[in-house]
Amino acid sequence: MHDMSAHALQHHAPPPGFVRKHIFSLDHKVIGEQYYGLALLAVLIGMVLSWIMRLHLAWPDVHIPGLQLLSKNGAPGGVLTPEYYLQLMTMHGTIMVFFVLTTAPFAAFGNYFLPIQVGAEDMPFPRFNMMSFWVTFVSFCVAVAAFFVPDGPPLSGWTAYAPLSALGAIAGPGQGMGQVLWAVSIAIFCVGQLLGALNFITTTLDMRCKGMSLMRLPLTVWAWFITSCMGLTAFAVLLPACILLFLDHVAGTSFFIPGDLVVSDTLQPHAGGSTLLWQHLFWFFGHPEVYIAIVPGMGIVSHVLITNMRRPMLSHRVLIYSMGALAFLSYMVYGHHMFVSGMNPFSSLAFSFPTLAITIPSTIIVLIWIGSLYGSKLRINSPSLFALGFISLFVSGGVSGFFLAQPSIDIILHATYFVVGHFHLVMALAATFGIFAGTYFWFPKITGRMMNETLGKIHFWFTFVGAYCIFMPFHYLGMAGNVRRYQAFVDDFMQPFIPVHKFITVAALVTGGAQILFLYNLIYSRFRGQPASENPWQATSLEWTIPSPPPFNNFGDRIPVVYHDPYQYGVDGASDDYVMQDSPEQTQSVRDEK
Amino acid sequence: MSQANVVAVNPAEHTERSSPFAIPTKKLAMWLFIVSDAATFAACLVAYGFLRNGTPNWPTPFKFSPTVLNAMAMTFVLITSGLTMFLGVRAAKSTDKKMALRWVYLTALLGAVFALLHLREWLGMIHAGVRLFQNPWGSGLFGAAFFSVTGLHLLHVVSGVVALVAVGSRYNRGRYNADDIEVLGLYWHFVDLVWMFVVPFVYLMNVAR
Ligand code: HEM
Ligand SMILES: [Cu+2]
Repeated sequence: MHDMSAHALQHHAPPPGFVRKHIFSLDHKVIGEQYYGLALLAVLIGMVLSWIMRLHLAWPDVHIPGLQLLSKNGAPGGVLTPEYYLQLMTMHGTIMVFFVLTTAPFAAFGNYFLPIQVGAEDMPFPRFNMMSFWVTFVSFCVAVAAFFVPDGPPLSGWTAYAPLSALGAIAGPGQGMGQVLWAVSIAIFCVGQLLGALNFITTTLDMRCKGMSLMRLPLTVWAWFITSCMGLTAFAVLLPACILLFLDHVAGTSFFIPGDLVVSDTLQPHAGGSTLLWQHLFWFFGHPEVYIAIVPGMGIVSHVLITNMRRPMLSHRVLIYSMGALAFLSYMVYGHHMFVSGMNPFSSLAFSFPTLAITIPSTIIVLIWIGSLYGSKLRINSPSLFALGFISLFVSGGVSGFFLAQPSIDIILHATYFVVGHFHLVMALAATFGIFAGTYFWFPKITGRMMNETLGKIHFWFTFVGAYCIFMPFHYLGMAGNVRRYQAFVDDFMQPFIPVHKFITVAALVTGGAQILFLYNLIYSRFRGQPASENPWQATSLEWTIPSPPPFNNFGDRIPVVYHDPYQYGVDGASDDYVMQDSPEQTQSVRDEK
Repeated sequence: MSQANVVAVNPAEHTERSSPFAIPTKKLAMWLFIVSDAATFAACLVAYGFLRNGTPNWPTPFKFSPTVLNAMAMTFVLITSGLTMFLGVRAAKSTDKKMALRWVYLTALLGAVFALLHLREWLGMIHAGVRLFQNPWGSGLFGAAFFSVTGLHLLHVVSGVVALVAVGSRYNRGRYNADDIEVLGLYWHFVDLVWMFVVPFVYLMNVAR
């Protein structure tokens, strides 16, 4: 049995050879790092794309030196064509949502820390785990390959709405080969995430060490577990959707193409499909997906804040139940993306109600955070600042959700910059802050060195202020009627928006530029940072009971045994202000919920 | 990796783990796969229903003979294979290796018969002019929906047959144990169950009236 031999190996020594150790590694920690590296590469590409778009929006004739090298037709003389703007936008969204927001908080940190935090030496299916990363990597390559096919990447957005996405080359540049590559890439991506989810769930349920009951799992583990449960079904629906889209391109089917469609003065040969079907399938995945992006961040933020507040959350259980409720409800609300799609207006009503209901668990989670922070002596450091930033952004972006959830208001706001502001704050930026918080927090564990605090704080303030400067104005633009997915605002009524767009572009360039601080800190600290102790934050969960960086099989020859709830801070009768989860010390804790 | 094997690797480990659900990891993984695969099938069936509902000229070409008869034969074969799989698992559990193997291979054989019956039907339909984008009777979506839903199921059957043979032979050589046969049984019963949805939705609903 091959899995067994791999497992037996895990117990003794790392496999010999560079390739088995660092490339096709079965070690969950290496796989986590690989995912992180992939996300970092993806986010850099995604950010550069956003800069190009922002420059073009503020100064439509701007000449961006070198851009013609990327596409001769798309950017003749370095000036974007309208189509190429949309193509870059599609790639920006696809890369960010799939390869950054899904991989970093979930796959990267989850792979690295979930097994350690439950007290396991690895995941139960290391080969699946390795495949999960490499499949995702292939998917990334296929997506990026779209830049290099003759017509370039697709222009139908990360949501790939039909019939635009299904018609083929006649629908515009990139809609032929580019869109096919997109569908293939996303289908492959789904497979990778399904393999990952399988491992995460089995690890959480079956690989816990002695004494690690479900309620003793740290909140991060709960968050990753709940996320995996969503991933398991959400990606399983996107997968066939992408295959059907692929068939529409290569097999002549017309699942997503309506009958009697005339494009560029030619009657399309396809007949009879439904454009709405794509939206249903896509958003059935799409809404859970946005929670897949954010729930791991919630776990990381809770974990980081608790450590720095030196006390547990007001209620461990309610926080877990609320995250579970988010996951459960996230399947019932997807229609709020389709209020103006032409589906039956009664369905809008039916989807509006659960959408308002889902704000209840979100609000409970936020209230628990705020209530727990209230009166605590929070240590201010880079991880805790980014955790606070996460809450701020999540709330600011969530509030606009309440408005969008009303079909009557959404009729006006749909497809405007208001929506773009909403999801960038609540998802894109909040999740990114979660990634930053996790990075600053766990860097010492992963590398054995501390990151530079001063640089971290400067990085935080630039990013935090920048985030609001960029995305707050979006809401006003949207309310004023600034439609989304336009390449230039040339209509009369949009002229007054241009100065605002210029401001946003400058803010985006500065904020993006400030990320160099982070990159520098990451690389510099990796080699030159202060050496970190085993437990630099005086934290309690299992990852802090092992050396930094962790040895090959996590716990060495020791098998951890857990005696306490994950967050025993400020305990009476303990020798310190905290008790590690695996410390046999008896405490008079009222907080042991068991 | 089943718990039994974990014990083989490190006897201390098994006793140290608390597994309140006492479900072996491989079995759990198979259940999770089934959940996710069920979502995939559900998506396909819902898509089919959605399209069928919105298409006025949806054809209903199936006649009792040959289509429904053939579907009945396939159903019979598949249900029988479910029974033989069950007997295989039972024999494996009671460590009757020879019997278990016999049942497992018989299941694979029945699966192959199912696949052949299915392919013959497909060929017949293709011969009658059904394509992914057109057919002689009505909306071209019919062929697309028919071939993709039954194709997805057929893919599962064929993979199942391959898996049955592969796991069976490893079981024979002692590399897999009764638990692995049981896990594979779960998969086979799931494929069986999906067919019970395919028959009414894809066949019976499209019988000529
Ligand atoms: C407070 C709860 C929330 C409510 C009531 C809510 C409501 C909505 C509604 C109604 C829309 C559709 C707007 C339109 O297209 O016209 C929308 C869009 C969106 N929301 Fe939310 N939302 C909430 C939280 C979130 C969270 C937590 C995330 C991500 C983590 C998120 C991510 C998105 C995204 C990505 C879109 C736009 C997708 C696109 O069209 O490209 N939302 N939201
Ligand atoms: Cu949504």
